[in-house]
Parts: sequence; structure tokens; C-alpha cells
Amino acid sequence: MTTSTGKHSATPVLQAKGLTKRYGRVVAINGSDLELYPGEILAVIGDNGAGKSSLIKALSGALVPDEGEIFLDGQQVQFRTPMDARTAGIETVYQTLAVAPGLDIADNLFLGREERRPGPLGSVFRMLDRKHMRSEAKRHMSELGVATLQNIGQAVESLSGGQRQAVAVARSAAFGSKVVILDEPTAALGVKEGNRVLQLIRDVRDRGLPVILISHNMPHVFEVADRIHIQRLGRRATVITPKSHSMSEAVAIMTGAAEPPPHTA
Amino acid sequence: MATATAPADFDVHKQDSLGLRVQHVLHANPVLGPLAVLVLAIIAFSIVNTRFFSAPNLSLVLAQVTVIATLALGQTMVILTAGIDLAAGIIAVFSGVLMAAFCTRAGMPGVLALILGFACGTAMGAINGFLVTRIKLPPFIVTLGTLTIFLSLNSVISNSETVRGSDMPDLMTWTGSTIPIGNFRLTYGSIIMLALFAYFYYALKQTAWGKHVYATGDDIEAARLAGIQTPRVLFSVYTVAGLLYAVGGWILIGRLASASPNVGTDYNLDSITAVVLGGTSLFGGRGSVIGTLIGALIVGVFRNGLQLGGVEVVWQGFAIGLLVLVAVSLDQWIRKVKT
Repeated sequence: MTTSTGKHSATPVLQAKGLTKRYGRVVAINGSDLELYPGEILAVIGDNGAGKSSLIKALSGALVPDEGEIFLDGQQVQFRTPMDARTAGIETVYQTLAVAPGLDIADNLFLGREERRPGPLGSVFRMLDRKHMRSEAKRHMSELGVATLQNIGQAVESLSGGQRQAVAVARSAAFGSKVVILDEPTAALGVKEGNRVLQLIRDVRDRGLPVILISHNMPHVFEVADRIHIQRLGRRATVITPKSHSMSEAVAIMTGAAEPPPHTA
Repeated sequence: MATATAPADFDVHKQDSLGLRVQHVLHANPVLGPLAVLVLAIIAFSIVNTRFFSAPNLSLVLAQVTVIATLALGQTMVILTAGIDLAAGIIAVFSGVLMAAFCTRAGMPGVLALILGFACGTAMGAINGFLVTRIKLPPFIVTLGTLTIFLSLNSVISNSETVRGSDMPDLMTWTGSTIPIGNFRLTYGSIIMLALFAYFYYALKQTAWGKHVYATGDDIEAARLAGIQTPRVLFSVYTVAGLLYAVGGWILIGRLASASPNVGTDYNLDSITAVVLGGTSLFGGRGSVIGTLIGALIVGVFRNGLQLGGVEVVWQGFAIGLLVLVAVSLDQWIRKVKT
């Protein structure tokens, strides 16, 4: 794990340099940089219109930047579609969760990458290997410590908001080999469930997957983030840590009330 | 390293009241409701008229529902994707008319006419699929448009004339011939229909395609973000439905012993009725083909039972309409289930 203070010497897992995206005369991101280091939770905060969601979309392949470069493990990559980013090992949990409420937990974990039975049952009859997918789903869920979801065949719609979020996070952790991006994972949740999801995010990081967390919730950001990337006016204003700055200082930088300090992380 | 991680346990709530428990059971097993209706209806009609539960009469009921059930199978998959197919009946009828034209006017052998007829039905379904996925029009509007177009072409090509079964190769009317099982007479059309239900039951439950159909109907945006090629799924559903309707058209020729351009064009609504009675939700993502088979049987049993009970034809529709409203209300109630 990285230390939460001090400059990094390691190669970033994911790095963006000078990303720019324009929509006509509107500049959504204006030469923005970003670095994500191994084993850390990097929070991305910013006011509405600061370009944080455009930045994240560029990293997850949902939009193609006009300028700039993206590096994954030091190698330059280009994502044309979300599928490209996913194939490269970047999993994104969207704010809308992207789960199918009517399908069960195991089906949702494997949605879009179902496994077939070996032999002719799978190749000719295209039969799914439900037993294997279920046991794998169970393993992933329990590895993340989601203990009380005893029935993996339970429909997702019968779950609470936090439990659904757990399914979505488990899916990204199960299939993301390099990076997990979480977009406002606690926005729709109550206090208790929000805290549980924060614990899930820590669990994902502790399993070795670096996490980018986009959130408006300052207490949550300060609770789990190792470093905090502050986005302002389409570019990175600074990077701070929960130790180097207070919440109100972060908000002041975010809104332009205070001058951004030099990077402290 | 961060502090030791405690398991993130999520509460599981317990349900108490009977109503909620019924709601949950129906939510988990949506086929139970329709099945109960079917069994109760059979018992009730058997008491009203002893002829109802006789082998010859039950054979008749099954033969009567076979065409609707086949159409309803295709309709089920369309409705599972939160769509609707108003062209189901006309695609069946028009495919049958084309099959008849291929063998009588073009002089083709039965097998070739049949295969070409299936291809035409599939192509008609594909047109619907194309318009829904590429032009991105609502399925209701798309199929309303193609319904009207196919109706018109159907009249033009058939000259509004019926082709008699005796003028066609035997293969065309083969679906109407029967195998006796005791006093029960099973048509080949019914066997084909049941085999198709078994096949699509498997495809929807056991293959990735089936999961994708449900996911697309459940929440199309979520399915897309999960990496499913939703346009491809939708296109496949409308196309496969077109093929099923054409098979229904072939079975209809056997049932009528003729290829009529007029009988069956309103089966679109009957097929939707069967799907809805079977517990499949019009909002997509929920339902099953088993439910649809039961739904089609409910319609058949009600029509036949009311007939035997001396209820006039005009009131049979009234009863079925009431059933549909109850079924949709039940679906709405089941959907409100919460933990």
C-alpha cells in the first residue's frame, strides 16, 4: 500500500496527461491530468461543471477525448468504447448501477460475460454453466465480506440500495484487473448503508485494486481516500490528502474561494 | 495497511403480513397465479357441464389454442424486452397466404413453399427489428405501421381469396392431422407448438441470449452499460418472433384446412391477451413462456367452457376482458414488492 503522504516514486497504474474535450464552444475538460497509483483510493471531487464526470468518462471509454494521452501501467492506450476500457481491465460502476433488477445476484455478476458449460452442452447447446457461475459469485461476494447475502439466487430488485451497490462493486472487483472506478456510490444511500459501501471500497483496495472514487460527499471522501484530486474549471487544481487539508479547505479550493496549494500528494 | 476490515453485513428484513407473503410468493413464482386460475376454471367448467372434461372436448380446446399459443410465444419474447408486436397476427396470416401462393401459383413443392414462407415471416419480423433498433421508433408505432402495410399487401397478393387445402400439397395441411391417444386427438400442430415452447423455455433460461433478453427488457440502459449489445438482442427477438408467427401461419392452414387471408389477422390482440394472462409483464423483464402457455390455455378453456355453459359468444369476450384487467392489476401489485 502507498503511504498517504509524500510524493510517489512508483509508476501510476492509470495516468492521464492533458486531456481535453470540447463540445462546440464549451470546454468540458481543459488539459486535465490525473494519476492513480497502485493500491490507493483516489477521490475525485469538484463542483458541478468542473469536468469530473467528463474526465472519468474519458478514462472509462464512455467518451473519446479531443486531445491528451492515457497510460495504463505506463503503456499508452486509446479507448473508443466502454468495452475497450473494460477489456483493458478498467471496471466502472456507474451511478445508475447497471444491474438488471429482475435477474438474480449471480446472473448480474456475470451479465454480459456469461460462462458456458464445457463440452458440447456449452458449444452446441450454448448451455450456461450456472453452477460454476453461482459458486464463483458466492466466492466474490464473500471475499468482499458481504456476509448476509445468503441466497445468491435472490433477485437484485429484492435487495436494498446498499446491497445492490454491493453487487455492482463486487462485479467490478471480480472482473476489474487493473482499476475500479466508482461514480457516486453512496449518493442514494442512508448513513448506515453508505458506511458499509465505504467499507466495501476499502476491501477492494486492500485486495490490491486501486480505486477512483467520484463523490460529492465530503465526509465519505475524507474517510476513505488516500489522496484527493480536486477538479476545477476543467483541469486539476491540486491534489491533497485528508491529512494535509481539512474538509472546509478542500471545499474552498473546489469552489475557488481559496488559491489551490501546490500538490501535497 | 488500513484497520482490519469488518464484514459489511446488510440487513435482511422479515415479512409478516399474509398479504405481503402472498405478494412475495407470487413475485418469486409468477406462474402460480395463472396456474391456479387455469385449474380452478377447469374444475368449475367440469362441474357446470360434464362434457367439458371429456377427451374429445379437451382435444378441441388444445387444437383451438395451438395457433394463438404459437403466436403468443413470439409475442412473449417481444414483451419481455418491454416491446409489443401488433403485427403478430398479420405476419402469421400473410406468411400462410404466401406459402399457399408459392405452391399453387408458382407450382413449388410443399417443402420449398414452406421454407420460403418461413423466410418471409422471418424477414417481416426483421423489418420490425430493424425499425425498432436502427430507426429507434417505439415498438407500438413500428408494428402498427407494419401491421397496416402487411394487411394491405396480404389483400393484394391473395386477391382476398381463400386457397382450399385440397389445392395445396399435403404438407401444408399436415399440421391439422391428428394422432389418437385413446380418445384424445393430438394434432401435429400442437406437437410443433409444444416443442417450440420447450425449446424457447430452454433458450430463455439456460443461455446467455435468454439472460440478455431479460436484462434488456428490465433496464435497457443498465444492460448496455453491462456490455450487452442491446440492439442486437432486440433485433434477434423481433426476427425470431417473425419466424414463430410464420410457423403459426402454417399451423393455422392445417387448422382451417385452407389458407385464408381473413382469418387470424386479429390474433395479435389474442396473443397479447395470452401473454398478459400468463403473468408476463408489459413493462418487460418479467415473465416466462410457461406462463404464456398457461395463459393461452386459460383463454381456450374460458371460451370453450362458457360456450358449453350456454353463454353467448358476445359475453365470452366480456369475461376474457375482465380476466385481462385482473391480470394486469395483479402484475402492478406484484411489481410493488419491496424488502
